[in-house]
Amino acid sequence: MENVTMEEQLVYDRPESMASVQTHYCPGCTHGVAHRLVAEVIDEMGIKDNMIGVASVGCSVFAYNYFDFDFVQAPHGRAPAMATGVKRVLPHRFVMTYQGDGDLASIGMGEIVAAAARGENITVIFLNNANYGMTGGQMAPTTLPGQKTSSSPGGRDVEVAGFPIRTAEMLATLDGAGYVVRRSLHDPKNIRMAKKSIRLAFETQKHGLGFSLVELLSTCPTNWGLTPVQALKWVEDAMIPYYPIGDYKVNPALKELKI
Amino acid sequence: MAKELMKGNVAIAEAAVRAGLNAYFGYPITPQTELLEYLSSRMPELGRTFLQAESELGAINMVYGAACTGARVMSSSSSPGVSLMMEGVSYIAGTELPVVLVDVMRGGPGLGNIAPAQADYNQIVHGGGHGDYHPIVLAPANIQEAIDLTYGAFDLAEKYRSIVVILADGSLGQLMEPAELPEMKPAIMRTPDWATYGSEGRERRFLTSIDLDPSQQEKTNFRLEHRWQEIKANEVQYKEYYLDDAEYAVVGFGTSGRIALSAVRAARAKGIKIGLFRPVSLAPYPEKELYELSKQLKGLLVVEMNAGQMLEDVLNITRSQIPVEFYGRMGGILPMPEEIEAEIDRMVNDPTETDGHPRDRWLARFGKMN
Ligand SMILES: Cc1ncc(C[n+]2csc(CCOP(=O)(O)OP(=O)(O)O)c2C)c(N)n1
Ligand code: SF4
Ligand SMILES: [Mg+2]
Repeated sequence: MENVTMEEQLVYDRPESMASVQTHYCPGCTHGVAHRLVAEVIDEMGIKDNMIGVASVGCSVFAYNYFDFDFVQAPHGRAPAMATGVKRVLPHRFVMTYQGDGDLASIGMGEIVAAAARGENITVIFLNNANYGMTGGQMAPTTLPGQKTSSSPGGRDVEVAGFPIRTAEMLATLDGAGYVVRRSLHDPKNIRMAKKSIRLAFETQKHGLGFSLVELLSTCPTNWGLTPVQALKWVEDAMIPYYPIGDYKVNPALKELKI
Repeated sequence: MAKELMKGNVAIAEAAVRAGLNAYFGYPITPQTELLEYLSSRMPELGRTFLQAESELGAINMVYGAACTGARVMSSSSSPGVSLMMEGVSYIAGTELPVVLVDVMRGGPGLGNIAPAQADYNQIVHGGGHGDYHPIVLAPANIQEAIDLTYGAFDLAEKYRSIVVILADGSLGQLMEPAELPEMKPAIMRTPDWATYGSEGRERRFLTSIDLDPSQQEKTNFRLEHRWQEIKANEVQYKEYYLDDAEYAVVGFGTSGRIALSAVRAARAKGIKIGLFRPVSLAPYPEKELYELSKQLKGLLVVEMNAGQMLEDVLNITRSQIPVEFYGRMGGILPMPEEIEAEIDRMVNDPTETDGHPRDRWLARFGKMN
């Protein structure tokens, strides 16, 4: 018999910027993936102690319990305004909002557009899961045409409820935006791309290049009535065709950046 | 320091600057706009933050965010804008943050007009936003008082982690009067043990107004109520005029109190033993003081620029033990001293039956105006 020496090698650990607690997210929900990516980027940039996060109203309302840095919690939709207040008095800190699609693209559309137009030097992590997760899966501005939700039981009828909003494309038209992209969290390749974008978003802020936003296509298996695996597939098959992954605004200075 | 001739809105703005205002966020609305316009050049000149927000909703939430960091912050608006701020006001109260807010009231409801009114009394003094909370509310009646109250408002807000509202009206905002400004302080950025300004060298913190556990939420509610008791015990402010030997009194706050003083003087000249009680802190209200005063009175006249909002509080405080009458103007109209004097005469010389509600009697007398 051969003698095998087992050498322990750590390949996966909790990022320092994540608190050592369990989240309340449902199994298969990609909110947790998004959290982890943000935490990894903050660790890599070494900015944890210089961070102030702004949580929104939605399933991520308790984000402040999961990130291990200073946080405040905003009224529904108002996170960009609150973040503006923080950033204007602490211009050398990093300020991030973490918002869902109902929060950002419905009740908070005014605040996000104004913040982007001002070129507010904040980073927005925008989770688009095509419904209002926290309140039980009602129709959101991002709900796809024909998509069934608890408040569009027959499927979203665009004649009545209008059309979904492509937030990233819309905000990218504003001169104050420095970096606006859409990514997806449905498979490892896309998750890696998402992480790189989150890094670039924070680099945008670091270099004072204006407003940055990463829209992340995300799952809500619970309210979609799908298994976690089916939900990932639905993102790929149904969401991505309507919400293409892409770079909608990238300040040229970012292209020269060596990370 | 010498007195300068100043417009109310500008005087309030400069008093806030001198109190160490670090950041101002606001949105234009008449009759408050000069306050914002003045700060748009004054704050940057001093290297401090001024930002015109996208709305009052934006402004109050910017104030909310900035207050979380320990900065001295303020916003200002007028009635319709203040209505829009109510969501943020409730959150700020729920998060226990020090914030100063100026409401230069105008005629309403709805868009109303831009003339002076006092019809935000209920919205400001008795809430407006959801949940149990109590802002400190201070009502100046002249420009010097507006300066002094604004200057002190930040310390008060920080002492109790409370919202302080300077409740003025359009005429005070627009009026010009000589007044003296206080000493200039540098922009104030505190680091109290609750503030979130980046966690370097300490444990991280968070500020929130949510608590899904009702028993924990109730603890917060009790803490706020106990703090309010403390504020009630320590922060009452009021002014008394000619009350020592008074048999009658007028109660009025802010501009209506100021106008009533002229009427009181005219009535005194005619030999009527009347004085003026002017609450300066509307919250906490000078309850004990007014009740004690009421014991020496034969009658009391409440004058307001609304349909009797403070009147309800006065009735509560005086416990129906003395006759109370009411005179109000609304819609942006100031009561004239002669009108108030006529009401004083009626109260003293012709005390008809005092059954029913003073508002009903006032309406019966004046409600047929058009
Ligand atoms: C002013 C206000 N209106 C409504 C609500 C109720 N509410 C809580 S979360 C939510 C929807 C959140 O959806 P989204 O932003 O998409 O986040 P998700 O839960 O899907 O991540 C709503 C409508 C509220 N808290 N405040
Ligand atoms: S309800 Fe949806 S968005 Fe919310 S935690 Fe569950 S899966 Fe995630
Ligand atoms: Mg959602």
